[in-house]
Amino acid sequence: MSMADITAQASTAAGARQGITDPYGPKPRRVISRRNVFLYGTLFVMAVYYLLPLYVMVVTSLKGMPEIRLGNIFSPPLEITFEPWVKAWSTACTGLNCDGLSRGFWNSVRITVPSVLLSIAIASVNGYALANWRFKGADTFFIILIVGAFIPYQVMIYPIVIILREIGLYGSLSGLVIVHSIFGMPILTLLFRNYFSSMPEELFRAARVDGAGFWGIFLRIMLPMSLPIFVVAIILQVTGIWNDFLFGVVYTRPDTYPMTVQLNNIVNSVQGVKEYNVNMAATILTGLVPLIVYFISGKLFVRGIAAGAVKG
Amino acid sequence: MTAANDTSVSIQDLSLNFGAVTVLETLNLDVADGEFIVLLGPSGCGKSTLLNCIAGLLDVSEGRIFIKGKNVTWEEPKDRGIGMVFQSYALYPQMTVEKNLSFGLRVAGTPKEEIAKRIARAAEILQIEPLLQRKPAALSGGQRQRVAIGRALVRDVDVFLFDEPLSNLDAKLRAELRVEIKLLHRKLQNTMIYVTHDQIEAMTLADRIAVMKGGVIQQLDAPQTIYNRPVNRFVAGFLGSPAMNFVDGHLEDADGGWRFAAGDIKIPLGTYDFAKPPAPGPVTFGIRPEHVSLNSGTGWPFSMAANVEVVEPMGSDTLVWLKLAQQNFSVRVTSERTPKNDEAVTLGFDPMRASLFDTATGTRI
Repeated sequence: MSMADITAQASTAAGARQGITDPYGPKPRRVISRRNVFLYGTLFVMAVYYLLPLYVMVVTSLKGMPEIRLGNIFSPPLEITFEPWVKAWSTACTGLNCDGLSRGFWNSVRITVPSVLLSIAIASVNGYALANWRFKGADTFFIILIVGAFIPYQVMIYPIVIILREIGLYGSLSGLVIVHSIFGMPILTLLFRNYFSSMPEELFRAARVDGAGFWGIFLRIMLPMSLPIFVVAIILQVTGIWNDFLFGVVYTRPDTYPMTVQLNNIVNSVQGVKEYNVNMAATILTGLVPLIVYFISGKLFVRGIAAGAVKG
Repeated sequence: MTAANDTSVSIQDLSLNFGAVTVLETLNLDVADGEFIVLLGPSGCGKSTLLNCIAGLLDVSEGRIFIKGKNVTWEEPKDRGIGMVFQSYALYPQMTVEKNLSFGLRVAGTPKEEIAKRIARAAEILQIEPLLQRKPAALSGGQRQRVAIGRALVRDVDVFLFDEPLSNLDAKLRAELRVEIKLLHRKLQNTMIYVTHDQIEAMTLADRIAVMKGGVIQQLDAPQTIYNRPVNRFVAGFLGSPAMNFVDGHLEDADGGWRFAAGDIKIPLGTYDFAKPPAPGPVTFGIRPEHVSLNSGTGWPFSMAANVEVVEPMGSDTLVWLKLAQQNFSVRVTSERTPKNDEAVTLGFDPMRASLFDTATGTRI
C-alpha cells in the first residue's frame, strides 16, 4: 500500500465507520450481563446484611415502649419520639448515677484525646528512629516491640493493676491513658517505621548534609510528608480506644467509667423493664464517634493504609 | 603521614566493612584543589559508598579523610564543607524551590539578607529564577536536578559531591546537563567528586578518572591515558563502547623481536610500547574497534584477510563483526564504507595502539 492510499483511508475512516461491520473501536459491553448481575447482586446482598441491624436500631430508638411491645421490629415508627435519645444521654441510670451516658461520653473524651496524642507522638518518633537512625540494637528493640503485639492482653492485666497501684494511678483516668498509650505502641511503631522506611533514603541524607539533626529532620522534613500515616494512626487509635471495654472496666472506677462500660451497664441492667428504645439510642450514641471518624477520613485512611501498613 | 594541606580532599588508608563484607579496602586518593574527579565503576564497586564516606553519611572502619587539610573523619556532614547532589534529586517535596535552596542556611541560622543574596546568585547561575516559588512536583526532571545542584551551590562549600546525578534523566537531558555541569565547574573552579557508571560522563567531565572495582581503585589517571593505556584488562574492557577486542594467545620471542601468536596469526610487536620487560607466555591482545582499519591498503605493520560475519549500522558509523583466530572481533568503520555480509575484507592496524595483558593476572605488559 502506498503512502497516498494510507492517508486517503485515514481521512475517510470516520465517514466510513457506519459501513464497517467487523469489530471496530471500543468493545461493546452489555449493561445486564452475567458478570454485572453477579457483581452488583453480591454487593447489594452484603450491603443489606450490614445495614439491616442499623436500620432496626434507628427505627426502634424512635419508637415509644407501647409500640415496641407490638413486636413489629422492622416496621417504621408510627409516632416518632426523641424521648429515648434524651433519656439515654442525660437521665438513664447506671448504678447510683442517673445522669445518663453524658458522663461516660466525657470520660471517654478525657481518656481518648490524651491517649491518642501521647501514643502517636511517642510512636512516630520511635518509628522514625528505627527507620532512619539505625542505632545499635535497633533490630532487637523492634522485634521485642513486635512480639509485644502478639501477647494476649489478658496476661498483662493483673501485673498492670499492681504497677498502677504501686505508682498511685490505679482507678484514675491518667492510669488508663498510660495503659492505652503502651498497648498502642507496637502496632503504631510498626506503622510509622514502615512508612518512614518507604521514604527515599536520599531525602534523609540530603537533610543531614544540609545540617539538620535528629529533631530537625523529623519535624521539618518527615512530619510534613506524613499526613496520611498520621490520619491512619489517629483513626486506629480513636476507634480502638473509644471502643475499648476491657481496660476501661478494669482500670477505672464507676465515676470514671468510659462510655462503653456505661453502655454495658445500661443495657445489661437486670432490674426493671428492658427499655429497648433507650438501649438502641444509647448504643448508637456510643458508636457515633468512630462512625464519624470513618466518614470524615475515609479517603485519607485508605491512602495511608496503602502507603504504610502493607509493606514490611 | 602528614595531613595533606595542598590537596582539597585526601583519603588515607580508608577501609569500610559491613560485618564480614569488605566494601572499601585501604583506599588512598588525593584530589587537588579545583580538580574534577570521576569515580567510575560497575554497580557494587563501592564508588557511591566512597562518596558517602567523604560526605560523612557513613562511618569508616579504618583510615582518615582530610578536606582542605582538616581531618574530618569524625565530623558531621554539615561541618565538612561539602555539598551533595543525589541521583533521585532528594528535594524536600513540601517546600518550594526557594525553601529547598535555603533549608541548609536556615538550619544554620544564616541572616535573611545573606540567604536571599546566595539564593539569587545560585538561581542566576543555574537559570532557575522563574521556578523559585514552585514545588518540586511541578518541575521536570532536568529542573529538579538543577535545583538539587543549587542546594549544594548556596551552601558555599569547598567540595561538591555528585552521586550519579544524571542517571534518572533521559538521554537528551543527560547530555545537556553534562555540559552544564562542566560549565559550572569552569565557572566555580570548585573541587568536584562525581560518581557515575556512565563512561561517557566520566570521559567528558573528568580531569582524572578513578576506575573502581571491588572496593579498590584500579587506575587513577587522565581520561585519555585510561582510554589508551589501561593498566589492566578490567579497565580496558569497562571503558569504550563498543568494547575493546580481546584475543587470547601467546607472546613469543621470534628472531626479529617479540610477537603475539594466536593460532596461525602472528602479530609483530615492533612498535608496541611494553609497560614492563616482556617474557614468553600466555597473553591477551586487546585493540579498540576504531583503531582497526578496513580495506585501506597494506601499509599497516599488521594486516590480514577476513570475512565479514555481521554488520551493525549505528548511524554515525558501523560496527563490522568478523573472526580473528576463531574469536569474535569488531571493527568500527564510517557508514559510507560499510561492507556487506560475507564480503571478503582486509583489516590492518598498528600494534602501537594495542594493549597486551597477562592472561593470568590481567595486568598490562
